[in-house]
Amino acid sequence: MAEETPPAGPVNPPAPEAPKPAAAPAPAKLKGPVPVDASGKPLVANLANAVPGAILSAHEFVGETTVDVALDKIVDVCRYLKDTESFTYLVDLTAVDWKERKPRFDVVFWLHSFKRNNERLRLKVKVEENASCPTVSTVWKTANWMEREVFDLFGITFAGHPDLRRILTWDGFNGHPLRKDFPIQGIDTGAAIYPDRYPEGGGPAPDDPNRKVVS
Amino acid sequence: MELSDGFINYVLIPAAKAFIFINIMAVMAGVLTLFERRILAFMQVRKGPNRVGFEGSLQWIADTIKLMFKEDIVPTKAEKLVHFLAPVLVVVPALTVFCVIPWGPEFTVRLPLLGRITTGGYATDLNVGLLFVLAVTSIGIYGIILGGWASNSKYALLGGLRSAAQLISYEVPMGFAVVSVILMSSSLSLVEIIEAQRRFGMWFIFPGLLAFFLYFLSGVAETNRIPFDLPEAESELVAGFHTEYSGVKWSFFFLGEYANMVTISAIATTLFLGGWLRPFPSVQALSFLDIVPGAAWFLLKISVFMFVYIWFRATFPRYRFDQLMALGWKTLIPLSMGNLVLVAIAALGGRRGLNTLGTILWTLFGVSMILTLRARSSRRSLAARTPIVNAVPGVLEVSR
Amino acid sequence: MTTPLDPSEAGVIASPDQSDADPSTLLGLHEMELNFGPQHPSTHGVLRIVLKVDGEKIVSARPDIGYLHRGTEKLFETETYPMIVPHTDRMDYVAAATNNHAFCLTIEKLLGVEIPKRVQYIRVLLDEMQRLSSHLLWLATSAIDLGAMTPFFYTFREREVILDLFEEFCGARLTLNCMKIGGVYGELTPGFTQRVRDFAEPFNQRLDEYENLLTDNRIWKKRTIGIGILTVEQCIEWGVTGPPLRGAGMAWDIRRAIPYECYPELQFDIPIGRNADTYDRYLVRMAEMHQSRSIVLQCLDWLDKNPTGEIRGKVPRVIKPPAGEAYACVESPKGEIGFYLVSSGGNKPYRLHVRPPSFINLQALPEMVKGLLVSDLVAVIGTIDIVLGEVDR
Repeated sequence: MAEETPPAGPVNPPAPEAPKPAAAPAPAKLKGPVPVDASGKPLVANLANAVPGAILSAHEFVGETTVDVALDKIVDVCRYLKDTESFTYLVDLTAVDWKERKPRFDVVFWLHSFKRNNERLRLKVKVEENASCPTVSTVWKTANWMEREVFDLFGITFAGHPDLRRILTWDGFNGHPLRKDFPIQGIDTGAAIYPDRYPEGGGPAPDDPNRKVVS
Repeated sequence: MELSDGFINYVLIPAAKAFIFINIMAVMAGVLTLFERRILAFMQVRKGPNRVGFEGSLQWIADTIKLMFKEDIVPTKAEKLVHFLAPVLVVVPALTVFCVIPWGPEFTVRLPLLGRITTGGYATDLNVGLLFVLAVTSIGIYGIILGGWASNSKYALLGGLRSAAQLISYEVPMGFAVVSVILMSSSLSLVEIIEAQRRFGMWFIFPGLLAFFLYFLSGVAETNRIPFDLPEAESELVAGFHTEYSGVKWSFFFLGEYANMVTISAIATTLFLGGWLRPFPSVQALSFLDIVPGAAWFLLKISVFMFVYIWFRATFPRYRFDQLMALGWKTLIPLSMGNLVLVAIAALGGRRGLNTLGTILWTLFGVSMILTLRARSSRRSLAARTPIVNAVPGVLEVSR
Repeated sequence: MTTPLDPSEAGVIASPDQSDADPSTLLGLHEMELNFGPQHPSTHGVLRIVLKVDGEKIVSARPDIGYLHRGTEKLFETETYPMIVPHTDRMDYVAAATNNHAFCLTIEKLLGVEIPKRVQYIRVLLDEMQRLSSHLLWLATSAIDLGAMTPFFYTFREREVILDLFEEFCGARLTLNCMKIGGVYGELTPGFTQRVRDFAEPFNQRLDEYENLLTDNRIWKKRTIGIGILTVEQCIEWGVTGPPLRGAGMAWDIRRAIPYECYPELQFDIPIGRNADTYDRYLVRMAEMHQSRSIVLQCLDWLDKNPTGEIRGKVPRVIKPPAGEAYACVESPKGEIGFYLVSSGGNKPYRLHVRPPSFINLQALPEMVKGLLVSDLVAVIGTIDIVLGEVDR
């Protein structure tokens, strides 16, 4: 289920756009908001002190603080932020696929603190294609389904997740739709993957003991 | 050819009456569905069926024809024989009961070929009529349970189980309520019970107010109607015991349910509202009301119950299963037993005793109604509009 | 989604191979596995809940979603920004305006455009009308789930008027597409504010009608009080927002906490409950409808005073937000709906992720129904107020 089999069916990679990692500062010639280094913020400084070596960089962009966190420190960081800095509410957890980058994926955490006057904080970790990210579902229960969704749609595994199954697509689905190399028109499933097992035109496989012949 | 009296009295007339009553019942069940849909629609600011016939008056026939021609689906793993028998078990008792329902007093007609015939407005007058009704209607429950079981569907099974538990629980207060009427009338014959009400000069709802409520409530529960329609709770169990039924078999369940509604209403009318008697049967000043035939009074009273059934459906949410059980065992059964004791004591005093009991019960009832209404009107403010606490500006506490 | 159950299991009462190391199996008692949905009248769409029931008592509930998955986030990546707005309609299809709004806010945050006041008021007006229609639908369905049939028709009578007004404004009743990046769909039609006012002025009497049917109804109270309790701590732990959080007693509403548009200028209260049960969530939503009505009236007052003005901010013809990322959220009728946008500087989003409130609120369902009866499950599904289009996207 989790192994990386190339999708069957016609593969039509989307036109490669030139992705710019958001973490890298945008070129100065672009108009609009510019990321500002935010490592001097008290919260980030506290975090750097509490979990040494966790913060790779920090910047602020359109009023949102983003902190790049080392992959192996993410659980410690999250636990610290939840317990000490009162970021009790995990708003969102998702991933971004930077296809040409190494490491390929960003896993993005979006945290909210009720006590700190509704302050929000974004954490990011970079995950290699075949590496796994430590789960934070032990920190916030709500991360459970969010991580399942990321696993389902990106194929990023979460080490230590209690119930890492596909959630939006079905179990036998072959591929991870939100990866940039997944064709937008989709892939053939079922009969195309197991042509020997499934009858033409759909329906349960002939060797299925519960298959009934309707006379 | 001369027909013998025996043939006329014991074969021809009963057969004719049975035919008529069964058809009356089937038609009533059909028309009832139409009335239900129209009245519900009226209560729910919509139109209801108004296309087939005048204002939808033939809708029930169209529905019947549709149901007859629908495909009859039997689940593959169903218990075929029982699956077939269950709807029959529901509908046959529901029809059978109708032979003891007294629609009107004895009357005389002159028929060609047969001459003058004096007969009752009922198929038969059993001396154990009431017992017969209770016994036969209980058989219908088997149909529901077996139908739920035989479908081999979990939802149907749950529905059947609920039905079993519910009917057992509510048969008891119903029985006690009926017994209190028997104490008053000293007879089990339904005709005799009506006659007793004429003799006493009052409907038995007067001394038997509590028994009436208990009977009707249990009756609603027995017919699986809202707020007690748990066996078929469509939002929980899809359709409950008849989830896996379709076509004619399904329509049998449907017919059985509506026939049972008619039965419960008819029995309630007979026991408590004086059957075919006019209101205040002892008051001479109202004797002009006698111009209305007894059967019309009976039908009118049944219609009131039917309307209440439909009214319930439009008003109430559904009870939860355990709450239903709690209501049955913790409230209705003790109440009905207490009522039985009261009626038994009052019945010792004959007519005077019953009058006293009635006066006390109705006074209590009136007072409690007034108090309830006053409490309701003093609580005009609704929860969401007026907060109890508004401690933090900009925050309303709506909880009570 | 999980492996589809063995077809035989769907029909068999108790499968004999349930040899868990559970003491009840030793006694010959089986927990029954019950497939609640995906085809079920009260799962509000294609939600499937795999229940383990002991009699009628729920031992465990496992929501199984994805039947309506349409790959919306994948689609987002292939469309230009203005083309995405209609896609957002189809997520929470009973509250399309708030979806549009959250999406537009995200782009506008990255673009840094100024939104004209008039647009803000129209947007808030639409949002609050949408909240009314969504809550009305919620009331209708959750009441009918508990067997109360009549509120359904009463609420639909009012919802119909709102949908007609939407149709008048933007031509659509459900999938509104009523907001553009930097603005709204169009100018208000002549007399629109008056017609909304005609609806909103007497609307509180309508609400009283519903409350008369339900609030003091003994059966309704029995079915809802103490059912599906989710305390504030649990809500936060599970990320549950919206009426469930407020019903638990926390006055947290994005309209107040992270203000957007003209909400700071409007007077409204945040209704909160105390007991964190289904009944309190019901009361909170009813009170929210009163508040929404008041906001609608305030917006109408402002719009009547300012009958003309820009209906679109200064947005470039081709929308190309600068590279970067942004998240913006609004208070949808279900909770916090937010969009996380990663832009690479092109005219299409590099990645656009939705934070769907229904999806996240649904996650708390097993916690809420543990130990309750099957009938209560129906009440709890109703009280979370999920829309499967948003859960599955």
